[in-house]
Amino acid sequence: MGKIEWAMWANEQALASGLILLTGGIVGVAGQFRGWQFAAYAVAAGVFVCLLEYPRSKRAKGTSVERTGQYCFTVCVKTFGPLTRNYYVRAFLHAAICVPGGFMLATVLGCVCLGIASLIYLAAAIRGEHWEPILPRKETRKPVAQSIKNPPQNPPPRPPPEMRRKQAGDLEKSAYDNPMSVTDDE
Amino acid sequence: MGNFVANEGLSVFAILVWLGINAFLFVHFYMAFLVERWYYTRVLLGQALPWARAPAACLNFNCMLILLPVCRNLLSFLRGTIQCCSRTAARQLDRNLTFHKLVAYMIAFHTAVHIIAHLFNFEFFMDAQLNRNTSLLTFVLSEIGNGDNASFLNPIRTNETNPTIVMFTTVAGLTGVAITLALILIITSSMEVIRRSYFEVFWYTHHLFIIFFIGLVFHGYARIVRGQTVASLDTNKPQNCSDKFEDWGKNGSNCAVPEFAGNPPGTWKWVLGPMILYVCERIVRIYRSHQKVVITKVVMHPSKTLELQMKRKGFSMEVGQYVFIQCPSVSRLEWHPFTLTSAPEEDYFSAHIRIVGDWTQALYEACGGDKNEPQEAWKLPKVAIDGPFGTASEDVFGYEVVMLVGAGIGVTPFASILKSVWYKRIQNNQDVFTKKIYFYWLCPETQAFEWFADLLQSLEGQMTEKNMMDFLSYNIYLTRWKEQEAAHFRVHHEAENDPITGLKQKTFYGKPNWDNEFTNITSQHPRSKVGVFLCGPPQLATSLEKQCMSHSAADVKFIFNKENF
Repeated sequence: MGKIEWAMWANEQALASGLILLTGGIVGVAGQFRGWQFAAYAVAAGVFVCLLEYPRSKRAKGTSVERTGQYCFTVCVKTFGPLTRNYYVRAFLHAAICVPGGFMLATVLGCVCLGIASLIYLAAAIRGEHWEPILPRKETRKPVAQSIKNPPQNPPPRPPPEMRRKQAGDLEKSAYDNPMSVTDDE
Repeated sequence: MGNFVANEGLSVFAILVWLGINAFLFVHFYMAFLVERWYYTRVLLGQALPWARAPAACLNFNCMLILLPVCRNLLSFLRGTIQCCSRTAARQLDRNLTFHKLVAYMIAFHTAVHIIAHLFNFEFFMDAQLNRNTSLLTFVLSEIGNGDNASFLNPIRTNETNPTIVMFTTVAGLTGVAITLALILIITSSMEVIRRSYFEVFWYTHHLFIIFFIGLVFHGYARIVRGQTVASLDTNKPQNCSDKFEDWGKNGSNCAVPEFAGNPPGTWKWVLGPMILYVCERIVRIYRSHQKVVITKVVMHPSKTLELQMKRKGFSMEVGQYVFIQCPSVSRLEWHPFTLTSAPEEDYFSAHIRIVGDWTQALYEACGGDKNEPQEAWKLPKVAIDGPFGTASEDVFGYEVVMLVGAGIGVTPFASILKSVWYKRIQNNQDVFTKKIYFYWLCPETQAFEWFADLLQSLEGQMTEKNMMDFLSYNIYLTRWKEQEAAHFRVHHEAENDPITGLKQKTFYGKPNWDNEFTNITSQHPRSKVGVFLCGPPQLATSLEKQCMSHSAADVKFIFNKENF
């Protein structure tokens, strides 16, 4: 298990937890359960966790696979700098967010799942991983060589099409006099 | 349309049957809780009761199914038995992992419905205990069974608690939480990203299914869902007595106090069979792994490919099968699948292993690959083999005309087929059903040709000798090259033998034009079934599948088979 980046699994787990927290919260509010305030909190917390976890991090080794349409989320998450880059912060953030979910049955599952995600993020942080945004690669154009200063503006002079077609059969007839001079010492 | 049916018909039918059974179970068990026996339970819970019980029945069904597609020894055995009856049916067994995933998604869906319904149930049960008003039927019902603690209806026995505490103090609640957590962890670690990059995390976390099944079996143990007993229905008919609840059990009333009991747990009846089958499957794997396997030869090929030639007593294989290899000195718990590259006619079996990860790298070092001098035979590590297991390539000799497409290392199953063809046709002069093979090899680098080029060269030589050049038509496509290599190819364009492979057949550059190839084959072989076998990346699979569908006409049918690893 040498090469594993725990953050990748933590990310999947946290995203799933966000969705579960959100669902539990919606059920609690819609059903007007006792303690529905915790459910309303869970809806907000679930949405927040999903937004935070949706953009995947760039992998340290290997190709990173983006989630569909994650670019705008990447930009938003990137602006928080070290707060989102550091996985210790994320681990403690998730641990703190999940606590109020434990006070109501509908959100307990989301709470425990998010707690597990927090633990995996802690493992990732201890191993020195951090979040890197996946940004589109800028195209670098190769510098044009010195000798190419003035590319030709016009195409080279060519005989009219009828003469060109004759070339296949007869070598003699296809020779012609160029109307324009093509040597450059004039 | 007809070619779609030929290619996909049986799969679609199987999926429809499975969905149909799910729908039937859902509706049937929903209706089963609308009967009189559950009348008083429904007074407390409303429709949330059947909404929880119906997905529970579907969960029983799907949890029974989920273990079956991963019993690969059983499937291999079934495949061999069905093969004689119907090749199409045998092909369906190749899609076992897809079916396993579909069933898993269905389990996740039904779990969600079940949990949401039970959230409402807990809330309603709690409501009934909290509204302590004897003029409410719900409260009267909740008070039943306070004396003997056996005939109660409401599993929440007091109002000094809350649903969360109740969940953690009941067998059903605890097992429910445990198995749901196990399920969520299994699902998140099975996402494609995790599975492809860190197989070990996926594999070890997946073993949480043991907790899942144990919890599932004990989930209904405490009989928490209770309905009126049959005896009680005689003394208290809900239609007549439900509004006279204030007089139950009193003198002069003909309604006794109703009594309730829970259903005996039924999940074990569904899952016990598959659990036993799966245990047998694991025992078979362990038994096979203890049979002695000897490495007879280790060859290091360029392009970081290691060839292991092995022998095991009583080993027999078919073309294109694969085995799982374990090397205890590298890792005691890891088994990795590799296609067999040897033919059944040879006295050893071999696998070509590409060195990509830490397991393969450690295996390479254990076999002395990094040392320059040859190793002593006794220094080679002990290995264990599970298999061989059948895959699509077994069917090759059942078709008259065959198209084999391999991309890069995906050519390995076809190495086995071509060797077998050579042995059968040329050495033993047997008559094989297959009359023509079209072989396409797509490769990104030139060195990868080396170990395979030897085989092709000897095949070419033998075929020229026996004047059978048109039995096998092979096309090698180099899909990537460097500038210097391109110059070399241009210069040697007119040479008799190909500059890369040394074969008479020239290498092509770039990717093949499949439309042309398929049209060519259609015109050469009217009125035949052409088997198309691919081992390669998914994009190539989609484009080949499309070509198969579009070129299948009334007389020529292209049947597509894909290896899945």
